[in-house]
Amino acid sequence: MKLLVPVKRVVDYNVKVRVKSDQTGVELTGVKMSMNPFDEIAVEEAVRLKEKGIAAEIVAISIGPAACGETIRTALAMGADRGILVETEASPEPLAVAKMLRAIAEREQPGLVIMGKQAIDDDMNATGQMLAALLGWPQGTFASKVEIAGDTATVTREVDGGLETVALTLPAVVTADLRLNEPRYASLPNIMKARKKPIETIKPADLGVDPAPRLTVLKVTEPPKRQAGRKVGSVAELVDKLRNEAKVI
Amino acid sequence: MTALVLLDHENGRIKQPSRSAVAAAAKLGEVHVLVAGTDAGAADAAARLPGVARVLRAADVAYDHALAEPLAALLVSLAGDYSHLLAAATAIGKNVMPRVAALLDVQPISDIAGVESEDVFVRPIYAGNALATVRSADPKKVITVRAASFDPVAEEGGSAPVADIPPAGGGERSRFVSAELSKSERPELTAARVVVSGGRGMQSGDNFHLLDPIADKLGAAVGASRAAVDAGFVPNDYQVGQTGKIVAPELYVAVGISGAIQHLAGMKDSKVIVAINKDEDAPIFQVADYGLVADLFTALPELKAELEKA
Ligand SMILES: Cc1cc2nc3c(=O)[nH]c(=O)nc-3n(C[C@H](O)[C@H](O)[C@H](O)COP(=O)(O)OP(=O)(O)OC[C@H]3O[C@@H](n4cnc5c(N)ncnc54)[C@H](O)[C@@H]3O)c2cc1C
Ligand SMILES: Nc1ncnc2c1ncn2[C@@H]1O[C@H](COP(=O)(O)O)[C@@H](O)[C@H]1O
Repeated sequence: MKLLVPVKRVVDYNVKVRVKSDQTGVELTGVKMSMNPFDEIAVEEAVRLKEKGIAAEIVAISIGPAACGETIRTALAMGADRGILVETEASPEPLAVAKMLRAIAEREQPGLVIMGKQAIDDDMNATGQMLAALLGWPQGTFASKVEIAGDTATVTREVDGGLETVALTLPAVVTADLRLNEPRYASLPNIMKARKKPIETIKPADLGVDPAPRLTVLKVTEPPKRQAGRKVGSVAELVDKLRNEAKVI
Repeated sequence: MTALVLLDHENGRIKQPSRSAVAAAAKLGEVHVLVAGTDAGAADAAARLPGVARVLRAADVAYDHALAEPLAALLVSLAGDYSHLLAAATAIGKNVMPRVAALLDVQPISDIAGVESEDVFVRPIYAGNALATVRSADPKKVITVRAASFDPVAEEGGSAPVADIPPAGGGERSRFVSAELSKSERPELTAARVVVSGGRGMQSGDNFHLLDPIADKLGAAVGASRAAVDAGFVPNDYQVGQTGKIVAPELYVAVGISGAIQHLAGMKDSKVIVAINKDEDAPIFQVADYGLVADLFTALPELKAELEKA
Protein backbone atom coordinates (compact mmCIF):
# COMPACT_ATOMS: atom_id res chain seq x y z
CA MET A 1 0.00 0.00 0.00
CA LYS A 2 1.14 3.50 -0.81
CA LEU A 3 0.84 6.31 1.75
CA LEU A 4 0.57 10.01 1.02
CA VAL A 5 1.71 12.43 3.72
CA PRO A 6 1.06 16.14 3.15
CA VAL A 7 3.50 18.29 5.14
CA LYS A 8 3.20 22.02 5.63
CA ARG A 9 6.01 24.49 6.22
CA VAL A 10 5.01 26.77 9.08
CA VAL A 11 6.52 29.22 11.54
CA ASP A 12 8.28 27.15 14.19
CA TYR A 13 6.13 26.52 17.25
CA ASN A 14 8.70 28.17 19.53
CA VAL A 15 8.45 31.52 17.75
CA LYS A 16 6.18 34.11 19.27
CA VAL A 17 4.86 35.76 16.14
CA ARG A 18 4.46 39.51 15.90
CA VAL A 19 1.67 41.26 14.09
CA LYS A 20 2.88 43.73 11.45
CA SER A 21 2.18 47.34 12.25
CA ASP A 22 0.31 47.86 8.97
CA GLN A 23 -2.07 45.04 10.03
CA THR A 24 -1.55 43.05 6.83
CA GLY A 25 -0.32 39.92 8.53
CA VAL A 26 2.37 38.63 10.85
CA GLU A 27 6.10 39.26 10.52
CA LEU A 28 7.62 36.34 8.61
CA THR A 29 11.00 37.69 7.52
CA GLY A 30 13.88 36.10 9.35
CA VAL A 31 11.57 33.86 11.33
CA LYS A 32 12.47 30.20 11.86
CA MET A 33 10.33 27.85 9.79
CA SER A 34 9.75 24.15 10.46
CA MET A 35 7.55 21.27 9.49
CA ASN A 36 4.13 21.62 11.13
CA PRO A 37 4.47 19.54 14.35
CA PHE A 38 1.36 17.48 13.61
CA ASP A 39 2.79 16.62 10.20
CA GLU A 40 5.95 15.29 11.81
CA ILE A 41 3.70 12.96 13.76
CA ALA A 42 1.97 11.96 10.52
CA VAL A 43 5.30 11.23 8.82
CA GLU A 44 6.42 9.18 11.83
CA GLU A 45 3.24 7.13 11.70
CA ALA A 46 3.72 6.49 8.01
CA VAL A 47 7.31 5.39 8.56
CA ARG A 48 6.20 3.02 11.32
CA LEU A 49 3.58 1.52 9.00
CA LYS A 50 6.32 0.97 6.47
CA GLU A 51 8.59 -0.59 9.08
CA LYS A 52 5.77 -2.94 10.02
CA GLY A 53 5.50 -3.99 6.39
CA ILE A 54 2.01 -2.53 5.98
CA ALA A 55 3.07 0.32 3.71
CA ALA A 56 5.31 -0.11 0.69
CA GLU A 57 5.97 3.49 -0.26
CA ILE A 58 5.60 6.91 1.38
CA VAL A 59 5.14 10.04 -0.71
CA ALA A 60 5.55 13.39 1.08
CA ILE A 61 3.76 16.36 -0.47
CA SER A 62 4.12 20.03 0.29
CA ILE A 63 2.29 22.93 -1.29
CA GLY A 64 3.70 26.43 -1.20
CA PRO A 65 6.85 28.39 -2.08
CA ALA A 66 10.04 26.64 -3.25
CA ALA A 67 11.33 26.57 0.34
CA CYS A 68 8.72 23.88 1.08
CA GLY A 69 11.21 21.58 -0.63
CA GLU A 70 13.17 21.72 2.66
CA THR A 71 10.14 20.46 4.51
CA ILE A 72 9.86 17.58 2.07
CA ARG A 73 13.59 16.85 2.62
CA THR A 74 12.89 16.59 6.33
CA ALA A 75 10.17 14.04 5.64
CA LEU A 76 12.52 12.14 3.34
CA ALA A 77 15.18 12.13 6.06
CA MET A 78 12.65 10.67 8.49
CA GLY A 79 11.93 7.84 6.07
CA ALA A 80 9.62 8.96 3.28
CA ASP A 81 10.63 7.64 -0.15
CA ARG A 82 9.95 10.52 -2.52
CA GLY A 83 8.42 13.95 -2.60
CA ILE A 84 6.06 16.10 -4.61
CA LEU A 85 6.35 19.88 -4.33
CA VAL A 86 3.42 21.86 -5.66
CA GLU A 87 4.99 25.24 -6.10
CA THR A 88 2.81 28.28 -5.49
CA GLU A 89 3.61 31.81 -4.41
CA ALA A 90 1.82 31.69 -1.11
CA SER A 91 0.41 28.86 0.96
CA PRO A 92 -3.12 28.31 -0.36
CA GLU A 93 -6.26 27.84 1.75
CA PRO A 94 -7.39 24.38 2.88
CA LEU A 95 -9.99 24.16 0.08
CA ALA A 96 -7.36 24.66 -2.65
CA VAL A 97 -4.86 22.45 -0.81
CA ALA A 98 -7.48 19.71 -0.53
CA LYS A 99 -8.26 19.98 -4.25
CA MET A 100 -4.58 19.67 -5.16
CA LEU A 101 -4.18 16.73 -2.82
CA ARG A 102 -7.24 15.11 -4.37
CA ALA A 103 -5.70 15.42 -7.84
CA ILE A 104 -2.46 13.87 -6.56
CA ALA A 105 -4.37 11.09 -4.79
CA GLU A 106 -6.23 10.29 -7.99
CA ARG A 107 -2.90 9.96 -9.77
CA GLU A 108 -1.05 8.08 -7.03
CA GLN A 109 -3.90 5.86 -5.77
CA PRO A 110 -2.75 5.61 -2.13
CA GLY A 111 -4.38 3.27 0.36
CA LEU A 112 -4.18 5.91 3.06
CA VAL A 113 -3.45 9.61 3.43
CA ILE A 114 -2.02 10.57 6.83
CA MET A 115 -1.74 14.25 7.65
CA GLY A 116 -1.70 16.67 10.56
CA LYS A 117 -4.95 17.54 12.30
CA GLN A 118 -4.12 21.23 12.28
CA ALA A 119 -1.57 23.62 10.85
CA ILE A 120 -0.29 25.74 13.73
CA ASP A 121 -0.18 28.90 11.61
CA ASP A 122 -3.73 29.18 10.25
CA ASP A 123 -5.18 26.89 12.96
CA MET A 124 -7.87 25.80 10.47
CA ASN A 125 -8.14 22.12 11.33
CA ALA A 126 -9.88 21.49 8.04
CA THR A 127 -7.74 20.14 5.22
CA GLY A 128 -7.91 16.42 6.06
CA GLN A 129 -11.67 16.44 6.45
CA MET A 130 -11.98 18.36 3.17
CA LEU A 131 -9.71 15.99 1.27
CA ALA A 132 -11.69 13.01 2.54
CA ALA A 133 -14.92 14.68 1.41
CA LEU A 134 -13.60 15.50 -2.05
CA LEU A 135 -12.39 11.94 -2.56
CA GLY A 136 -15.57 10.45 -1.08
CA TRP A 137 -13.41 8.63 1.46
CA PRO A 138 -14.04 8.08 5.17
CA GLN A 139 -12.01 10.09 7.70
CA GLY A 140 -10.38 9.33 11.02
CA THR A 141 -9.54 12.72 12.50
CA PHE A 142 -7.57 13.57 15.68
CA ALA A 143 -6.08 10.08 15.74
CA SER A 144 -4.16 8.79 18.75
CA LYS A 145 -3.91 5.21 17.42
CA VAL A 146 -4.11 3.68 13.95
CA GLU A 147 -4.30 -0.01 13.16
CA ILE A 148 -4.47 -1.38 9.63
CA ALA A 149 -5.78 -4.87 8.93
CA GLY A 150 -6.82 -5.90 5.43
CA ASP A 151 -8.93 -3.14 3.97
CA THR A 152 -9.86 -1.62 7.32
CA ALA A 153 -8.24 1.14 9.36
CA THR A 154 -9.25 1.16 13.01
CA VAL A 155 -8.66 4.64 14.33
CA THR A 156 -8.85 5.79 17.94
CA ARG A 157 -9.75 9.47 18.05
CA GLU A 158 -9.28 12.13 20.73
CA VAL A 159 -12.75 13.59 21.25
CA ASP A 160 -14.17 16.03 23.80
CA GLY A 161 -15.29 13.36 26.24
CA GLY A 162 -12.27 11.06 25.93
CA LEU A 163 -11.54 8.55 23.19
CA GLU A 164 -13.63 7.09 20.40
CA THR A 165 -12.76 4.29 18.00
CA VAL A 166 -14.04 4.07 14.44
CA ALA A 167 -13.47 1.52 11.67
CA LEU A 168 -12.92 2.90 8.18
CA THR A 169 -12.92 1.05 4.89
CA LEU A 170 -9.76 1.95 2.97
CA PRO A 171 -8.79 4.10 1.24
CA ALA A 172 -9.22 6.72 3.94
CA VAL A 173 -7.80 9.92 5.38
CA VAL A 174 -6.37 9.98 8.90
CA THR A 175 -5.35 13.18 10.73
CA ALA A 176 -2.79 12.91 13.51
CA ASP A 177 -3.26 14.22 17.03
CA LEU A 178 -0.44 14.85 19.51
CA ARG A 179 -0.49 11.46 21.19
CA LEU A 180 -0.30 9.28 18.07
CA ASN A 181 3.46 8.84 18.48
CA GLU A 182 6.68 10.66 19.21
CA PRO A 183 8.43 11.62 15.98
CA ARG A 184 12.03 10.51 15.56
CA TYR A 185 14.94 12.78 14.82
CA ALA A 186 16.46 12.13 11.43
CA SER A 187 19.94 10.64 11.77
CA LEU A 188 22.84 12.15 9.87
CA PRO A 189 23.18 9.15 7.49
CA ASN A 190 19.45 9.40 6.77
CA ILE A 191 19.73 13.13 6.12
CA MET A 192 22.50 12.34 3.62
CA LYS A 193 20.44 9.59 2.01
CA ALA A 194 17.46 11.94 1.76
CA ARG A 195 19.44 14.22 -0.53
CA LYS A 196 19.35 11.54 -3.20
CA LYS A 197 15.65 10.82 -2.94
CA PRO A 198 13.59 12.33 -5.78
CA ILE A 199 11.35 15.37 -5.46
CA GLU A 200 9.04 16.16 -8.36
CA THR A 201 8.08 19.82 -8.72
CA ILE A 202 4.73 20.74 -10.29
CA LYS A 203 2.35 23.71 -10.42
CA PRO A 204 -1.28 23.99 -9.28
CA ALA A 205 -2.28 24.33 -12.94
CA ASP A 206 -0.76 20.88 -13.61
CA LEU A 207 -3.35 19.60 -11.17
CA GLY A 208 -6.12 21.70 -12.69
CA VAL A 209 -6.62 23.67 -9.49
CA ASP A 210 -7.11 27.42 -9.15
CA PRO A 211 -5.41 28.36 -5.86
CA ALA A 212 -7.20 31.73 -5.56
CA PRO A 213 -8.40 32.26 -1.99
CA ARG A 214 -12.05 32.53 -1.01
CA LEU A 215 -11.26 34.41 2.17
CA THR A 216 -9.86 37.93 1.99
CA VAL A 217 -7.88 38.98 5.01
CA LEU A 218 -9.10 42.47 5.80
CA LYS A 219 -6.72 42.95 8.69
CA VAL A 220 -4.62 41.12 11.22
CA THR A 221 -4.50 42.64 14.67
CA GLU A 222 -2.95 41.90 18.00
CA PRO A 223 -5.30 40.44 20.57
CA PRO A 224 -5.97 42.62 23.60
CA LYS A 225 -2.94 42.35 25.88
CA ARG A 226 -3.43 40.95 29.32
CA GLN A 227 -1.81 42.93 32.08
CA ALA A 228 0.24 40.91 34.50
CA GLY A 229 -1.36 41.32 37.89
CA ARG A 230 0.58 41.08 41.07
CA LYS A 231 2.20 38.48 43.21
CA VAL A 232 0.53 37.57 46.46
CA GLY A 233 2.58 36.64 49.50
CA SER A 234 0.57 33.73 50.85
CA VAL A 235 -2.30 31.38 50.21
CA ALA A 236 -4.39 33.29 52.75
CA GLU A 237 -3.83 36.53 50.85
CA LEU A 238 -4.71 34.79 47.58
CA VAL A 239 -8.02 33.52 48.91
CA ASP A 240 -8.80 36.88 50.46
CA LYS A 241 -8.19 38.62 47.11
CA LEU A 242 -10.32 36.13 45.23
CA ARG A 243 -13.14 36.56 47.72
CA ASN A 244 -13.08 40.27 48.38
CA GLU A 245 -11.33 41.92 45.45
CA ALA A 246 -12.03 39.81 42.37
CA LYS A 247 -15.19 38.38 43.96
CA VAL A 248 -14.96 35.16 41.94
CA ILE A 249 -15.29 32.69 44.80
CA MET B 1 -30.78 35.24 5.69
CA THR B 2 -31.27 32.01 7.63
CA ALA B 3 -28.59 30.09 9.50
CA LEU B 4 -28.62 26.40 10.34
CA VAL B 5 -26.77 25.29 13.47
CA LEU B 6 -25.77 21.68 14.03
CA LEU B 7 -26.23 21.00 17.75
CA ASP B 8 -24.14 18.75 20.02
CA HIS B 9 -26.45 17.01 22.45
CA GLU B 10 -26.33 14.32 25.08
CA ASN B 11 -28.98 12.72 27.26
CA GLY B 12 -31.70 15.04 26.01
CA ARG B 13 -29.71 18.22 26.61
CA ILE B 14 -28.07 20.68 24.30
CA LYS B 15 -24.40 21.15 25.12
CA GLN B 16 -23.31 24.59 26.20
CA PRO B 17 -20.85 25.18 23.32
CA SER B 18 -23.75 24.65 20.91
CA ARG B 19 -25.78 27.22 22.76
CA SER B 20 -22.89 29.63 22.13
CA ALA B 21 -23.05 28.69 18.45
CA VAL B 22 -26.76 29.57 18.46
CA ALA B 23 -25.85 32.95 19.98
CA ALA B 24 -23.32 33.53 17.16
CA ALA B 25 -25.87 32.47 14.52
CA ALA B 26 -28.43 34.87 15.95
CA LYS B 27 -26.15 37.73 14.86
CA LEU B 28 -26.60 36.57 11.25
CA GLY B 29 -30.33 36.17 10.88
CA GLU B 30 -33.09 33.67 11.59
CA VAL B 31 -31.79 30.57 13.35
CA HIS B 32 -32.78 26.99 12.58
CA VAL B 33 -31.13 24.10 14.37
CA LEU B 34 -30.45 20.50 13.44
CA VAL B 35 -30.67 17.70 15.98
CA ALA B 36 -29.45 14.40 14.56
CA GLY B 37 -29.73 11.02 16.25
CA THR B 38 -32.23 9.22 18.43
CA ASP B 39 -31.34 11.03 21.69
CA ALA B 40 -34.82 11.29 23.23
CA GLY B 41 -35.80 14.78 24.24
CA ALA B 42 -32.92 16.54 22.50
CA ALA B 43 -35.14 18.04 19.80
CA ASP B 44 -37.56 19.30 22.44
CA ALA B 45 -34.66 20.79 24.38
CA ALA B 46 -33.53 22.48 21.15
CA ALA B 47 -37.04 23.86 20.63
CA ARG B 48 -36.88 25.57 24.02
CA LEU B 49 -33.67 27.49 23.20
CA PRO B 50 -34.46 31.21 22.97
CA GLY B 51 -34.10 32.60 19.45
CA VAL B 52 -34.52 29.30 17.62
CA ALA B 53 -37.22 29.56 14.91
CA ARG B 54 -37.31 25.94 13.78
CA VAL B 55 -35.88 22.58 14.79
CA LEU B 56 -34.99 19.96 12.20
CA ARG B 57 -34.93 16.48 13.71
CA ALA B 58 -33.23 13.57 11.97
CA ALA B 59 -34.08 10.84 14.48
CA ASP B 60 -32.10 8.06 12.88
CA VAL B 61 -29.58 5.70 14.50
CA ALA B 62 -27.19 6.52 11.64
CA TYR B 63 -26.41 9.75 13.50
CA ASP B 64 -26.10 8.40 17.03
CA HIS B 65 -22.32 8.58 17.15
CA ALA B 66 -22.09 11.78 15.13
CA LEU B 67 -19.86 10.19 12.49
CA ALA B 68 -18.68 12.83 10.05
CA GLU B 69 -19.59 11.02 6.84
CA PRO B 70 -23.38 10.63 7.35
CA LEU B 71 -23.72 13.91 9.27
CA ALA B 72 -21.99 15.85 6.51
CA ALA B 73 -24.26 14.24 3.91
CA LEU B 74 -27.28 15.25 5.99
CA LEU B 75 -26.13 18.86 6.30
CA VAL B 76 -25.41 19.03 2.58
CA SER B 77 -28.92 17.75 1.84
CA LEU B 78 -30.31 20.67 3.86
CA ALA B 79 -27.85 23.35 2.77
CA GLY B 80 -29.96 24.70 -0.10
CA ASP B 81 -32.21 26.62 2.27
CA TYR B 82 -29.46 28.32 4.23
CA SER B 83 -26.98 31.15 3.86
CA HIS B 84 -24.87 30.03 6.82
CA LEU B 85 -24.14 26.61 8.29
CA LEU B 86 -22.62 26.62 11.76
CA ALA B 87 -21.54 24.34 14.58
CA ALA B 88 -19.58 24.87 17.76
CA ALA B 89 -15.86 24.14 17.35
CA THR B 90 -16.18 20.95 19.39
CA ALA B 91 -14.74 17.58 18.40
CA ILE B 92 -17.97 16.99 16.43
CA GLY B 93 -18.13 20.40 14.77
CA LYS B 94 -14.45 20.35 13.82
CA ASN B 95 -14.84 16.89 12.35
CA VAL B 96 -18.00 17.50 10.35
CA MET B 97 -18.07 21.11 9.15
CA PRO B 98 -14.96 21.11 6.93
CA ARG B 99 -16.33 18.00 5.26
CA VAL B 100 -19.59 19.84 4.60
CA ALA B 101 -17.68 22.83 3.27
CA ALA B 102 -15.68 20.75 0.81
CA LEU B 103 -18.83 19.06 -0.48
CA LEU B 104 -20.32 22.52 -1.07
CA ASP B 105 -17.07 23.86 -2.61
CA VAL B 106 -16.72 26.41 0.18
CA GLN B 107 -13.69 27.44 2.24
CA PRO B 108 -14.72 26.91 5.88
CA ILE B 109 -14.19 29.65 8.44
CA SER B 110 -12.89 27.81 11.48
CA ASP B 111 -13.20 28.79 15.10
CA ILE B 112 -14.68 32.28 14.76
CA ALA B 113 -14.41 34.55 17.78
CA GLY B 114 -16.46 37.40 16.33
CA VAL B 115 -19.17 38.18 13.77
CA GLU B 116 -18.69 41.56 12.07
CA SER B 117 -21.33 41.14 9.38
CA GLU B 118 -22.94 38.40 7.35
CA ASP B 119 -19.67 37.75 5.52
CA VAL B 120 -16.96 39.19 7.79
CA PHE B 121 -15.65 37.22 10.74
CA VAL B 122 -12.82 37.41 13.25
CA ARG B 123 -10.76 34.33 13.97
CA PRO B 124 -7.61 33.69 16.00
CA ILE B 125 -4.51 32.44 14.16
CA TYR B 126 -1.02 31.47 15.37
CA ALA B 127 -2.28 30.09 18.69
CA GLY B 128 -4.27 33.23 19.34
CA ASN B 129 -1.23 35.50 18.97
CA ALA B 130 -3.04 37.30 16.17
CA LEU B 131 -6.64 37.92 15.19
CA ALA B 132 -7.53 37.80 11.51
CA THR B 133 -10.59 39.62 10.22
CA VAL B 134 -11.65 37.80 7.05
CA ARG B 135 -14.31 38.31 4.41
CA SER B 136 -15.73 35.22 2.76
CA ALA B 137 -16.54 35.38 -0.95
CA ASP B 138 -18.37 32.04 -0.87
CA PRO B 139 -22.12 32.02 -1.54
CA LYS B 140 -22.65 30.01 1.63
CA LYS B 141 -20.61 30.31 4.77
CA VAL B 142 -19.59 27.19 6.65
CA ILE B 143 -18.43 28.12 10.13
CA THR B 144 -17.28 26.67 13.41
CA VAL B 145 -17.71 28.84 16.47
CA ARG B 146 -15.27 29.34 19.33
CA ALA B 147 -17.76 28.85 22.14
CA ALA B 148 -15.69 30.73 24.73
CA SER B 149 -16.13 33.92 22.67
CA PHE B 150 -19.96 33.98 22.66
CA ASP B 151 -22.24 33.98 25.69
CA PRO B 152 -24.47 30.93 25.32
CA VAL B 153 -28.23 31.41 24.90
CA ALA B 154 -30.25 30.18 27.87
CA GLU B 155 -31.58 26.64 28.00
CA GLU B 156 -35.19 27.72 28.32
CA GLY B 157 -37.42 30.41 26.85
CA GLY B 158 -38.20 29.42 23.27
CA SER B 159 -40.90 27.27 21.70
CA ALA B 160 -39.92 26.44 18.13
CA PRO B 161 -41.77 23.92 15.98
CA VAL B 162 -40.01 20.60 15.33
CA ALA B 163 -39.96 19.12 11.82
CA ASP B 164 -38.80 15.59 11.07
CA ILE B 165 -36.40 15.18 8.19
CA PRO B 166 -35.27 12.01 6.42
CA PRO B 167 -31.75 10.56 6.64
CA ALA B 168 -29.38 11.23 3.74
CA GLY B 169 -27.03 8.21 3.62
CA GLY B 170 -23.27 8.56 3.48
CA GLY B 171 -22.31 6.14 6.23
CA GLU B 172 -21.28 3.16 4.14
CA ARG B 173 -17.55 3.22 4.78
CA SER B 174 -17.22 4.25 8.40
CA ARG B 175 -18.46 2.54 11.50
CA PHE B 176 -18.48 3.40 15.18
CA VAL B 177 -16.65 0.76 17.19
CA SER B 178 -16.44 1.95 20.79
CA ALA B 179 -15.97 4.91 23.07
CA GLU B 180 -13.94 5.30 26.21
CA LEU B 181 -15.33 8.40 27.84
CA SER B 182 -14.01 9.98 31.03
CA LYS B 183 -16.58 9.87 33.78
CA SER B 184 -16.78 12.81 36.09
CA GLU B 185 -19.28 14.40 38.43
CA ARG B 186 -17.63 17.72 37.72
CA PRO B 187 -18.85 20.33 35.24
CA GLU B 188 -17.51 20.06 31.71
CA LEU B 189 -14.34 22.00 31.03
CA THR B 190 -15.87 24.16 28.34
CA ALA B 191 -18.92 24.99 30.48
CA ALA B 192 -17.40 25.42 33.94
CA ARG B 193 -17.42 28.73 35.82
CA VAL B 194 -14.13 27.80 37.45
CA VAL B 195 -11.31 25.66 36.01
CA VAL B 196 -8.40 24.31 38.04
CA SER B 197 -5.61 22.95 35.84
CA GLY B 198 -2.45 21.06 36.63
CA GLY B 199 0.76 20.81 34.63
CA ARG B 200 3.95 18.82 34.59
CA GLY B 201 4.74 20.26 38.00
CA MET B 202 2.08 17.92 39.46
CA GLN B 203 4.56 15.08 38.84
CA SER B 204 2.04 12.21 38.76
CA GLY B 205 -1.55 11.22 38.21
CA ASP B 206 -1.89 10.51 41.92
CA ASN B 207 -0.80 14.02 42.78
CA PHE B 208 -3.51 15.38 40.49
CA HIS B 209 -5.95 14.32 43.21
CA LEU B 210 -4.53 17.19 45.28
CA LEU B 211 -6.64 19.36 42.97
CA ASP B 212 -9.86 17.45 43.71
CA PRO B 213 -10.89 18.99 47.04
CA ILE B 214 -10.15 22.45 45.66
CA ALA B 215 -12.16 21.79 42.52
CA ASP B 216 -14.98 20.37 44.66
CA LYS B 217 -15.01 23.41 46.87
CA LEU B 218 -15.06 25.80 43.89
CA GLY B 219 -17.45 23.76 41.73
CA ALA B 220 -14.66 23.65 39.20
CA ALA B 221 -13.72 21.48 36.25
CA VAL B 222 -10.21 20.03 36.23
CA GLY B 223 -7.98 20.69 33.24
CA ALA B 224 -4.36 20.09 32.35
CA SER B 225 -1.48 21.16 30.17
CA ARG B 226 -0.32 19.05 27.28
CA ALA B 227 2.74 17.97 29.24
CA ALA B 228 0.52 16.53 31.98
CA VAL B 229 -1.58 14.65 29.43
CA ASP B 230 1.44 13.39 27.48
CA ALA B 231 2.96 12.12 30.72
CA GLY B 232 -0.21 10.12 31.33
CA PHE B 233 -1.23 11.96 34.53
CA VAL B 234 -4.74 12.58 33.16
CA PRO B 235 -6.72 11.65 30.01
CA ASN B 236 -6.50 13.59 26.75
CA ASP B 237 -9.84 15.32 27.21
CA TYR B 238 -8.35 17.39 30.06
CA GLN B 239 -6.01 19.27 27.72
CA VAL B 240 -6.47 23.02 27.56
CA GLY B 241 -4.76 24.93 24.78
CA GLN B 242 -4.27 25.72 21.12
CA THR B 243 -4.90 22.14 20.18
CA GLY B 244 -6.98 21.10 23.16
CA LYS B 245 -9.97 22.84 24.67
CA ILE B 246 -10.51 26.57 24.67
CA VAL B 247 -11.90 27.80 27.97
CA ALA B 248 -12.81 31.24 29.30
CA PRO B 249 -14.13 30.73 32.83
CA GLU B 250 -14.62 33.37 35.51
CA LEU B 251 -11.64 31.91 37.32
CA TYR B 252 -8.76 29.83 35.95
CA VAL B 253 -6.22 28.42 38.38
CA ALA B 254 -2.98 27.14 36.79
CA VAL B 255 -0.93 24.93 39.08
CA GLY B 256 2.57 23.81 38.07
CA ILE B 257 2.06 25.09 34.53
CA SER B 258 4.80 27.17 32.91
CA GLY B 259 2.55 29.09 30.52
CA ALA B 260 3.71 28.12 27.02
CA ILE B 261 1.94 30.05 24.24
CA GLN B 262 0.09 26.90 23.22
CA HIS B 263 -1.37 26.62 26.72
CA LEU B 264 -2.14 30.35 26.99
CA ALA B 265 -4.03 30.07 23.69
CA GLY B 266 -6.62 27.96 25.48
CA MET B 267 -7.17 30.02 28.62
CA LYS B 268 -5.98 33.61 28.32
CA ASP B 269 -9.51 34.94 27.84
CA SER B 270 -10.45 33.77 31.34
CA LYS B 271 -11.77 36.58 33.50
CA VAL B 272 -9.44 36.06 36.45
CA ILE B 273 -6.26 33.98 36.24
CA VAL B 274 -4.39 32.60 39.22
CA ALA B 275 -0.98 30.96 38.86
CA ILE B 276 0.80 28.83 41.43
CA ASN B 277 4.35 28.05 40.38
CA LYS B 278 7.64 27.72 42.22
CA ASP B 279 9.54 29.51 39.45
CA GLU B 280 8.98 33.24 39.82
CA ASP B 281 10.02 33.77 36.19
CA ALA B 282 7.48 31.33 34.74
CA PRO B 283 5.72 33.03 31.79
CA ILE B 284 2.32 32.15 33.26
CA PHE B 285 2.86 35.02 35.73
CA GLN B 286 2.78 37.46 32.81
CA VAL B 287 -0.92 36.77 32.31
CA ALA B 288 -1.91 35.98 35.90
CA ASP B 289 -3.98 38.46 37.88
CA TYR B 290 -2.77 36.81 41.06
CA GLY B 291 0.49 34.96 41.17
CA LEU B 292 1.72 32.85 44.05
CA VAL B 293 5.36 31.80 43.95
CA ALA B 294 5.29 28.62 45.98
CA ASP B 295 5.81 24.89 45.94
CA LEU B 296 2.47 23.45 44.93
CA PHE B 297 2.86 20.57 47.37
CA THR B 298 2.66 23.00 50.27
CA ALA B 299 0.36 25.55 48.60
CA LEU B 300 -2.40 23.11 47.59
CA PRO B 301 -3.06 21.68 51.09
CA GLU B 302 -3.01 25.25 52.43
CA LEU B 303 -5.43 26.35 49.76
CA LYS B 304 -7.77 23.49 50.60
CA ALA B 305 -7.68 24.44 54.27
CA GLU B 306 -8.20 28.14 53.53
CA LEU B 307 -11.19 27.46 51.27
CA GLU B 308 -12.74 25.26 53.96
CA LYS B 309 -12.59 28.17 56.39
CA ALA B 310 -15.79 29.48 54.76
C1 LIG C 1 1.87 21.48 18.13
C2 LIG C 1 1.84 21.73 19.59
C3 LIG C 1 0.62 21.85 20.22
C4 LIG C 1 0.55 22.06 21.58
N1 LIG C 1 -0.67 22.19 22.16
C5 LIG C 1 -0.74 22.40 23.49
C6 LIG C 1 -2.00 22.57 24.14
O1 LIG C 1 -3.07 22.52 23.51
N2 LIG C 1 -2.00 22.76 25.48
C7 LIG C 1 -0.85 22.83 26.23
O2 LIG C 1 -0.93 22.98 27.45
N3 LIG C 1 0.33 22.68 25.64
C8 LIG C 1 0.42 22.46 24.29
N4 LIG C 1 1.65 22.30 23.73
C9 LIG C 1 2.84 22.14 24.61
C10 LIG C 1 3.44 23.43 25.13
O3 LIG C 1 4.34 23.94 24.18
C11 LIG C 1 4.20 23.14 26.46
O4 LIG C 1 5.17 22.16 26.23
C12 LIG C 1 3.29 22.66 27.59
O5 LIG C 1 2.17 23.51 27.71
C13 LIG C 1 4.08 22.61 28.89
O6 LIG C 1 3.28 22.09 29.93
P1 LIG C 1 3.60 22.45 31.44
O7 LIG C 1 3.52 23.92 31.63
O8 LIG C 1 2.72 21.60 32.29
O9 LIG C 1 5.08 21.88 31.62
P2 LIG C 1 6.44 22.67 31.83
O10 LIG C 1 6.67 23.66 30.79
O11 LIG C 1 7.46 21.62 32.08
O12 LIG C 1 6.21 23.48 33.18
C14 LIG C 1 6.07 22.90 34.42
C15 LIG C 1 5.98 24.05 35.42
O13 LIG C 1 5.74 23.53 36.72
C16 LIG C 1 6.50 24.26 37.66
N5 LIG C 1 6.71 23.39 38.81
C17 LIG C 1 7.42 22.23 38.86
N6 LIG C 1 7.36 21.70 40.08
C18 LIG C 1 6.63 22.54 40.84
C19 LIG C 1 6.24 22.54 42.20
N7 LIG C 1 6.59 21.56 43.03
N8 LIG C 1 5.49 23.55 42.65
C20 LIG C 1 5.13 24.57 41.81
N9 LIG C 1 5.48 24.62 40.51
C21 LIG C 1 6.21 23.61 40.04
C22 LIG C 1 7.77 24.62 36.94
O14 LIG C 1 8.36 25.77 37.51
C23 LIG C 1 7.26 24.86 35.51
O15 LIG C 1 6.95 26.23 35.31
C24 LIG C 1 1.74 22.12 22.35
C25 LIG C 1 2.97 22.01 21.73
C26 LIG C 1 3.04 21.83 20.36
C27 LIG C 1 4.37 21.71 19.69
N1 LIG D 1 0.26 23.92 2.06
C1 LIG D 1 0.19 22.67 2.53
N2 LIG D 1 1.06 21.72 2.08
C2 LIG D 1 1.01 20.46 2.57
N3 LIG D 1 0.13 20.05 3.49
C3 LIG D 1 -0.75 20.94 3.97
C4 LIG D 1 -0.77 22.29 3.51
N4 LIG D 1 -1.76 22.93 4.17
C5 LIG D 1 -2.32 22.03 5.00
N5 LIG D 1 -1.72 20.83 4.88
C6 LIG D 1 -2.03 19.59 5.62
O1 LIG D 1 -3.29 19.73 6.25
C7 LIG D 1 -3.16 19.67 7.66
C8 LIG D 1 -4.20 20.53 8.33
O2 LIG D 1 -4.03 21.88 7.99
P1 LIG D 1 -5.14 22.99 8.28
O3 LIG D 1 -6.43 22.46 7.79
O4 LIG D 1 -4.68 24.20 7.51
O5 LIG D 1 -5.14 23.23 9.76
C9 LIG D 1 -1.72 19.99 7.93
O6 LIG D 1 -1.29 19.44 9.17
C10 LIG D 1 -1.03 19.35 6.74
O7 LIG D 1 -0.88 17.96 6.91
